[in-house]
Amino acid sequence: MTAEDVSRATTRIAHEVAERNHGLDDLVLVGLQTGGVPLARRVADALETAYGQSVPVGSLDVAFYRDDIGLRPVLPEAVTNIPWDLTGLTVVLVDDVFFTGRTVRAALNALADHGRARAVQLAVMVDRGHRELPIRPDFVGKNLPTRRDEMVDVSESGVMLGDVVVK
Amino acid sequence: MSELFLAGGTVLDATGSRRAHVRVVDGLVAETGEGIEAGSGARILDASGSIVCPGLVDLHTHLRQPGNEEAETVESGSRAGALGGYTALVAMPNTDPPIDSAAVVRQVLELGRFSLCEVAVAGTITVGRGGERLAPLGEMADLGVRIFTDDGAGVQDGRLMRRALEYALPLGVVLAQHCEDAALAAGSVMNEGEWSSRLGLPGQPAEAEELMVMRDIALARMTGGRLHFLHLSTTASVAMVRAAKAQGLAVTAEATPHHLALTESSLSGYDPNFKVNPPLRTERDRAAVRRGLADGVIDAIATDHAPHTQEAKEMPLDQAPPGMVGLETALAVAHTELCCGEGPVMAVADLMAALTWRPAAIAGLRARHGGPVEAGRVANLCVFDTTARWRVDPELMATRSRNTPFGGRELIGRIRHTIRAGEAVVIDGQAQR
Amino acid sequence: MTSLLAVEDLGARGIREVLRLTDSFVEVSERAIPRVPALRGRTVATVFFEDSTRTRLSFETAAKRLSADTMTFSVSTSSVNKGESLRDTVETVAAMGIDAMIVRHRSAGVPWQVSRWIDASIINAGDGWHEHPTQALLDCYTVRQALGGDDPFPGLRVAIVGDIKHSRVARSNVAAFSALGASVTLVAPPTLLPPSLEGWPVEVSHDLDAVLAETDVIYLLRIQAERINEALFPSLREYASRYGMTRERAARLCPSALIMHPGPMNRGVEIAAEVTSLPNSLITRQVTNGVAVRMAVLFRLLGAAEASEALVAHV
Repeated sequence: MTAEDVSRATTRIAHEVAERNHGLDDLVLVGLQTGGVPLARRVADALETAYGQSVPVGSLDVAFYRDDIGLRPVLPEAVTNIPWDLTGLTVVLVDDVFFTGRTVRAALNALADHGRARAVQLAVMVDRGHRELPIRPDFVGKNLPTRRDEMVDVSESGVMLGDVVVK
Repeated sequence: MSELFLAGGTVLDATGSRRAHVRVVDGLVAETGEGIEAGSGARILDASGSIVCPGLVDLHTHLRQPGNEEAETVESGSRAGALGGYTALVAMPNTDPPIDSAAVVRQVLELGRFSLCEVAVAGTITVGRGGERLAPLGEMADLGVRIFTDDGAGVQDGRLMRRALEYALPLGVVLAQHCEDAALAAGSVMNEGEWSSRLGLPGQPAEAEELMVMRDIALARMTGGRLHFLHLSTTASVAMVRAAKAQGLAVTAEATPHHLALTESSLSGYDPNFKVNPPLRTERDRAAVRRGLADGVIDAIATDHAPHTQEAKEMPLDQAPPGMVGLETALAVAHTELCCGEGPVMAVADLMAALTWRPAAIAGLRARHGGPVEAGRVANLCVFDTTARWRVDPELMATRSRNTPFGGRELIGRIRHTIRAGEAVVIDGQAQR
Repeated sequence: MTSLLAVEDLGARGIREVLRLTDSFVEVSERAIPRVPALRGRTVATVFFEDSTRTRLSFETAAKRLSADTMTFSVSTSSVNKGESLRDTVETVAAMGIDAMIVRHRSAGVPWQVSRWIDASIINAGDGWHEHPTQALLDCYTVRQALGGDDPFPGLRVAIVGDIKHSRVARSNVAAFSALGASVTLVAPPTLLPPSLEGWPVEVSHDLDAVLAETDVIYLLRIQAERINEALFPSLREYASRYGMTRERAARLCPSALIMHPGPMNRGVEIAAEVTSLPNSLITRQVTNGVAVRMAVLFRLLGAAEASEALVAHV
């Protein structure tokens, strides 16, 4: 995907979110650290541009909720910032890449500690396949089948695939 | 008639060194020489490539019996000694009850009658090692006791020590001192200095030993008494003994293998196997002790073999009792540290002097121990391979206890055979009973 | 790194990682439900041979907030304090299946001995006079939190005042603050300093008043009254007059200077009662931060694996 593709997809996701939820009331965006946070911000900007409504944005690091603690590097990269009680709100989780689904599952566990959300939806820029849990995104920028060992890098300048080189 | 034939070795004793076989008949050395032959029925022990020398004499062994038999007995300690090349051990009197009367002297002598080493007994200087009243030195001397010490502690009272030196004069005995000023050393766990500060442990300064060395040299000068300093460990202690000897005083001194080999940094892992009194000191002190031995200022190497049960040595460092076993490793450690590697400090002949005839003289055992290896003398000998490399395995030691600081260390030099009064008590490194 | 026995086990990098990690756990602790499942299924045993309700509770709370199971052994009976069956006690606890053991003992070196006997991660919660690593970490964190930013330590002037010789808190703090680049000055009468400061990255002063105006963080240690019997100082009164942080001395500190104490405090001796509640006193925050810092340590030992560096090459 090019930068333009990403930008268009972001706007489309924003519209889909608003459409599905019949507006933006009682809705918050929560970006998953780290790739989902800037994307959540850009979706919020797109929503503000399109609908003139400011949607609160928070961030969530799932390091403490992963199911593979002790097996992989899991130091949190940034602090979680969810300064509201989520009870009764619709939460749209935002991440850059959807892969096995385990990060989202961990995010669902984490969200539960912040209150009982009315609904949780998932928006991702890229779904790269290889799902391992019965979780799927509600809003997708692009479906991009990949090999398991490929890396997917999403940014404002586009989406790139590469090989992982472990130092 | 029973005969042993030690074949092909190099005999080393106070007269020098020479290639020679050694024939032992009925407990005595019968003849030595390159051309002699074994009698029929003789048991032949190979000594080729090895040194044949007088059996080692330890001035300072804790056999723990009576009173602490879980840690060691006269029998198990003697076996450990024999495996280390020793044929005579001086048993320290801080047993329970202490050896402060003829009765306990007799008891320990009896325990040692059939042991693999000859057990000589040291008596206490004060009753119960309490530091207050003189023990019956004369009564014990009549039973053959030649060394008296309150070892485990020093005699704190200067007046009492003076009286002891004076009283002992006509007895032909030597008083041995564990130099440690109790007040300065109180509560200590290691040497005071850089390492104790880093590790957060209470230490005793070198002065705790040196003050008593200084005092006792003055008392020896004043009384003319014979004095032996146990386990010297500091630079100034060695210097003071050097000066005292230069003035012709009748003082002698010993040092342990662990003070030759180790320093206070060994405590960094808080392993109680490195806790000992006097404590392991600085690198500078270690060098001074080695030099003192090489110069002859320190007359003998003595093990201060101090067995403690595993439970005792698994206590927290500050509660664990001090002490290390050493009979089975003494010769090898001293040889490795002093005669091997780059810049050896001592010739093997001088090392053997410090382990055999010099301690034998101090202990009054020259009649039967310390050589020379010549016809007519009691056959207390050992065969020492100076090139054998081996690794110390505490689990394989004969001593009942396991508290060695040398576990896993590679050493150069090993005892092959030990002959005690003509009996081969150790053959090829195995105790025969 | 499987155990935390001394501050030097972490190194400067490790200390900084723990401090950053603590930010996350401070956030967790402020939630309505201050709990994460990070150490679910792990078992943490606190084995305290020396009494300290506060530190023990701090560790247990930290473990529980990480969803670990906890076991508590407060072994202050005299028979065990005599060293009987130290190994037995520790091996019995370990045999119940634990992932980490937190050990406090009045004898220096016990955590090292324990680590040779059992397989679990060991955390030193204080060994005699020697070290108390998590105290130093929470002290560093509290300073970082008060001054703001990620790394306020380089060039920071820290003065530690009091019975350095017998203080594990002092030893650990010297190691931690200096590893992070702060400069440390020890202030004490000669009898309360270790016999040798060879190799210690510190300055020394016997004059607290001379040091006051040039200190950014002043750290006061508890003076134990029993020390008088060892001829270390003549009286508490004389100690307080020469080395106590009185109201008057506090007024002579830089306005931005921070006052710290590991607790418990002897009010009127090393610190005046009024000083403890001054605005630049961090003492209460030290206590509060203890749980979050210990969560970070437990998580780092039992949760986080070493991060491997990954390079992405674009196709």
